[in-house]
Amino acid sequence: MKLSIDDLHKVFESRVRLGIMSALAVNDELDFTSLKEYLDVTDGNLATHLKKLETEEFIGVEKSFIDNKPNTKYYMTEAGRKAFEAHLNVLEQIIKSQK
Amino acid sequence: MKEERDYIQDINEMRSMMERSSKFLSLSGWAGIMAGIYALAGAWIAHAVLGFNPDALLYHSPGFSNVALLAMGVLVLAFFTAIYFSGQKARKRGEKIWNHTSRRLLMSMMVPLAAGGLLVLVLISKGLTGLVAPLTLLFYGLALYNAGFYTIREVKIMGIIQIVLGITSVWFIEHSLLIWAIGFGVIHILYGIYMHYRYER
Repeated sequence: MKLSIDDLHKVFESRVRLGIMSALAVNDELDFTSLKEYLDVTDGNLATHLKKLETEEFIGVEKSFIDNKPNTKYYMTEAGRKAFEAHLNVLEQIIKSQK
Repeated sequence: MKEERDYIQDINEMRSMMERSSKFLSLSGWAGIMAGIYALAGAWIAHAVLGFNPDALLYHSPGFSNVALLAMGVLVLAFFTAIYFSGQKARKRGEKIWNHTSRRLLMSMMVPLAAGGLLVLVLISKGLTGLVAPLTLLFYGLALYNAGFYTIREVKIMGIIQIVLGITSVWFIEHSLLIWAIGFGVIHILYGIYMHYRYER
């Protein structure tokens, strides 16, 4: 089987989106502030990337209020987990084939 | 088209993100060393100055309220030292001390510590003072074992050592203060030195 770069899911081209997915892979859920802290990006930048992952249905959103302040939590969906694992497999094969 | 190096970089960043977002890695070796020194000093004062030498489960010590105050003092001092050194280390690493992982780490310790603390208070009120040293070791060990899931793995090993020491000291109640000093003092210092050389140099 020949592997092409197209196998890499477009969604995972961005380091920020890759970072979001990695963090959500090992945490049940994370709020916006925590993600921002780990990724070291601006609010707007993070929001855009989250939106993209959300439209792909790779992550889910849970909105609530804590002390009257909005608190948004993100979690990885089943589809997101599958896509993430598939992406890891592709990465592994590319690196192997280039050795 | 991306180069191969890019993918390896991708993988490195993913690995680092998974670790940073799931484990609190700013625990400081110095905090362990200082906590150990406080504990050794506390145990010595209890033994030599306050005459606290439990040799039976039902043990009465005239200066017990002073021993309790001393123990609280050691605990508070160790706690704030840990926060101070971990805060420094977190700042150096460009992280916040109060974040998602440190919250989870504290919560994982809180349940065993609160249960142990309440139990010890009940035992004291029933006069079973001899069990205080063994049970603080045991519940502290359980808390550490739990905490090991949310920070470096070595903390789990320290937890198991404290659990074993705690149970052993129930058996040898006449040596329980000495075993307590080994657990909270010597083990903390050894762990702190190990942490310092392994992760902080």
